[in-house]
Amino acid sequence: MKLPLAYIARNLWVRRLTTVLTAGGMALVVFVFAAVLMLEAGLRQTLVATGSADNVLAIRKGAATEVQSGIAREQAALFESLPQVARGADGAPLVSREVVVLNSLPKRNDDGTAAVSRSNVPIRGVPPMGLALRPQVRMAHGRMFRPGASEIVVGASVARQFAGVELGQSLSFAQRQWQVVGVFDAGRTAFDSEIWGDAEQLSQAFRRLGYSSLIARLQSPDGFDALRAAVDSDPRLTVEVKRERQFYEDQSRALSSFLRFLGLTLSVVFSLGAIIGAAITMYAAVATRTGEIGTLRALGFSRRSILAAFLLESLLLALSGGLAGLLAASSLQAITISTTNFQSFSELAFSFALTPAIVAGSLGFALAMGLLGGFLPAVKASRMRIVDALRAD
Amino acid sequence: MFFLKLVARNALRARLRTLLTVLGLVIALAAFGLLQTVVQAWYAAADAASPTRLVARNSISLVFPLPIYYRDKIRAIDGVRSVATSNWFGGVWRDERSFFAQFAVDSPQYFEMYPEFVFEAGQWAEYLRDRRGAAVGRQLADLYGFKVGDRLPIRGTIYPGNHEFTIRAIYEGRDETTITRQMYFHYDYLNEYLKARAPRAANNVGVFVVDVDEPARVADVARAIDAEFANSLAETLTETEKAFQLSFVAMVETIVRVISSVSYIVILVILAVAANTMAMTARERLAEYATLKALGFGPSFVARLILAESMLIALAGGAIAIALTPAIAAGFFDSVGRTVFARFEVAPSTYLLQAAAALALGVLAALVPMVRSARVRIVDGLRHVG
Repeated sequence: MKLPLAYIARNLWVRRLTTVLTAGGMALVVFVFAAVLMLEAGLRQTLVATGSADNVLAIRKGAATEVQSGIAREQAALFESLPQVARGADGAPLVSREVVVLNSLPKRNDDGTAAVSRSNVPIRGVPPMGLALRPQVRMAHGRMFRPGASEIVVGASVARQFAGVELGQSLSFAQRQWQVVGVFDAGRTAFDSEIWGDAEQLSQAFRRLGYSSLIARLQSPDGFDALRAAVDSDPRLTVEVKRERQFYEDQSRALSSFLRFLGLTLSVVFSLGAIIGAAITMYAAVATRTGEIGTLRALGFSRRSILAAFLLESLLLALSGGLAGLLAASSLQAITISTTNFQSFSELAFSFALTPAIVAGSLGFALAMGLLGGFLPAVKASRMRIVDALRAD
Repeated sequence: MFFLKLVARNALRARLRTLLTVLGLVIALAAFGLLQTVVQAWYAAADAASPTRLVARNSISLVFPLPIYYRDKIRAIDGVRSVATSNWFGGVWRDERSFFAQFAVDSPQYFEMYPEFVFEAGQWAEYLRDRRGAAVGRQLADLYGFKVGDRLPIRGTIYPGNHEFTIRAIYEGRDETTITRQMYFHYDYLNEYLKARAPRAANNVGVFVVDVDEPARVADVARAIDAEFANSLAETLTETEKAFQLSFVAMVETIVRVISSVSYIVILVILAVAANTMAMTARERLAEYATLKALGFGPSFVARLILAESMLIALAGGAIAIALTPAIAAGFFDSVGRTVFARFEVAPSTYLLQAAAALALGVLAALVPMVRSARVRIVDGLRHVG
């Protein structure tokens, strides 16, 4: 015979203050657990979305980032001549030769003034082909830079996070004034954290003879292995090719595993507090209802139903805490976080992203806390002898 | 005396509950102390910076170099005692996980500016003699078991190629605030290598470290250096070593801020637990409180009784947590912290914060039950069934 769920739920309702405090403690732990995992998921989503499935990226062998890399002009020409690289209607290879440097800019205070702290923003020199290979980039305000002009466009996150990059303002670097003529929206990808300008102009200003990276469209989506084999077997080519998606995912690896480690460690330590809270509450519930337990047992409810009832009560308590914590965490989705990705040594903006896996994981985590906290009290309740329990009051 | 006895007896009545609450407080307050220490560890390098050292870098960003001939120009500026190059090498030893910092520096000029690095005379001479020699700090040597004479193969990421260094010296820190978790080698070796392999990258350096003769002139000298190279191909940005180090912390300040705010959440978690304990305790004893009132004790006596019990539990938890924090911090540093942080010590202010948090927890947890129990009417209280 099972005890009805309404009986279990009412027990929680009767002692509202205790229920709210215990569930509240669990909600806070679930909030931390979900928030850090959402941050990590947001980081991965941003970087994975940055790459296109049929684009590849080539950087110098041994270099970890585009900024560290350098590719000579002859190498670029050799790479473009490979048959696995797609060609446009005019026969020109679909390859973008890009220059990427870092510029240290002051962060923006809430009132728009420049803060003392600075961070590195990638400045990418993009040829017309680079725009064609990245159809996700759209202008939000203003217009695209004109080829041949000292003009730049800034990503939406850069416009939000940094000072001095508003439409019409100009940045001074490499002995030139660069006018901001537009703000672009790259659909919450890493490009939103970049500044773009004309490749030729930026190369000249920074006195670069070569390129940082080559972005190429594959002849056929499954032609990546053939391209890599061709590149690796040519001793004249000292570049390394990666799928664009893979490249950006690799860029996030250190930060993402740091966030995951941080989140899991903190949640486990914090959860000890919440488990203790649940145990205290459930022990008290058992103690105050000793007579009731005796009555139930006398009426014919088995030890097993008593155990199940108290366990369920604890799980219900944990579930309500978990849902409250998750609800609070889901409101974080509106927030964008910006920090330096130490792998690329540049600022990167990303949001909290709630995925089904995080929802399931958070609720599972809450239930585990309830189970651990409620187990010993429930066992104690189920082991009571009817006579002793009835005599207790 | 009677009052304290009553409080102690009360606290020990529900022994399991009190024990669990104290345990929860210990875990939460110790975690809080550890997180606060993690936050402070980020600032260790900036704290160790000297007030008379300046760092000049390319004004665009650190990835742009400065030409080596700036060294002589900076040296000629009034107020500059000495100048040395420092170049981030960014190589990989063994694998990416075994990270440590490597700098190509002017030897011996660089080390003359850093008296906090203490060399043994014989090793120092050996290091200067060997062009491919390396000097590693004591913390770094202990971390990976490096010994004098070891060969150190390092793969360049910024400077392509495989480089092999020989450890000629292991330097000690002058005191415990000195960070000795980095490797130094000769800038001349790197420059010669680049001249042969990548001539366009040669004769460039990452930053210049500048020693100023008196602290009062630091700001003037920094301005003079930047003015010297204004409107040139490579403009400089000169700041104090402390500001330079803090700029790295500023890059990750969002993460540091997240850790800091999360450390307060654990206090809230345990506040909920402690408040619950006190609420349950007070509810169960409502009849007793009513009896006390009937005997003539005022409402404030009942309130003080609850507050004292709550404080007793909170302070017990706080005291144990504070006592355990140094050992927990040391354990954390030895297991995972050593690969990330050079120094990891619990600051006195952290103990104060823990104590303050324990006090606040004791008061806040007792608040609602205090008001409720003081207000209870004798008749209702006596009728109450727990």
